[in-house]
Amino acid sequence: MLVTNIETIPGKRVTTHLGMVQGNTVRAKHVGRDIMAGLKNVFGGELVGYTELLQESREEATARMVHQANEIGANAVVNVRYSTSSVTAGAAELFAYGTAVIVE
Amino acid sequence: MYLDLYIFAALLVLGFFFGRLAEKKHFKSIIAREKKYRQLLTFSGRLLPPDLDRADAELVGGNVVISIDYFKRIAAGLRSIVGGRVTTYESLLERARREAILRMKEAAIAKGATMVVNVKLETSSITKGKGQQIGCVEVYAYGTALSPILT
Repeated sequence: MLVTNIETIPGKRVTTHLGMVQGNTVRAKHVGRDIMAGLKNVFGGELVGYTELLQESREEATARMVHQANEIGANAVVNVRYSTSSVTAGAAELFAYGTAVIVE
Repeated sequence: MYLDLYIFAALLVLGFFFGRLAEKKHFKSIIAREKKYRQLLTFSGRLLPPDLDRADAELVGGNVVISIDYFKRIAAGLRSIVGGRVTTYESLLERARREAILRMKEAAIAKGATMVVNVKLETSSITKGKGQQIGCVEVYAYGTALSPILT
């Protein structure tokens, strides 16, 4: 599965457009990480726990999008975009969407 | 009696010194790594270079969550009374963006890419503290890494 965030796959020709595919995940932080984050809020600096959490969640959202594309018979997803939103306090939604296509 | 006040003062002092130290160290490391990865070209445009015939394309990204220190948060709170530039948050966001781009570049280099096109940056605040103040900010940078196929 080829995934890009431009309209095409370089060197390949898009033969069929299959429409939009998407994947999302909502993750909450856990208490241990929150306590560490509370400390970091005093000293400043990177919150490694959150960075990893969000990276994992984004990979999960991308994997779901790719899975959906696989199901409808695509072999590439182009024009992928990410979006993040906080639904409630302490939880974030990560969303990935793109266009499923068949390339030669 | 004055315990609250002492704690507040201690947090301010800790935040001021450690936050300043951390920021200085971070900027130093950012500048060093930016120099190191300068040969990797990044474009915010979505069009491919015309001389590129064949290349492997792959999505790469890098993210970072950075928190502001206690002193700066208080300083920003004071600033919001009179209005104007909130320099403390400016430097926080700048650090976060540059760091995220660097991590994306690292991921691209690990895949053997020579350029990254269509770089997008996304900023979001993950936690909101008391009074809806932003405690920390997340920046995600992503783009399409291109590695030319040698024929």
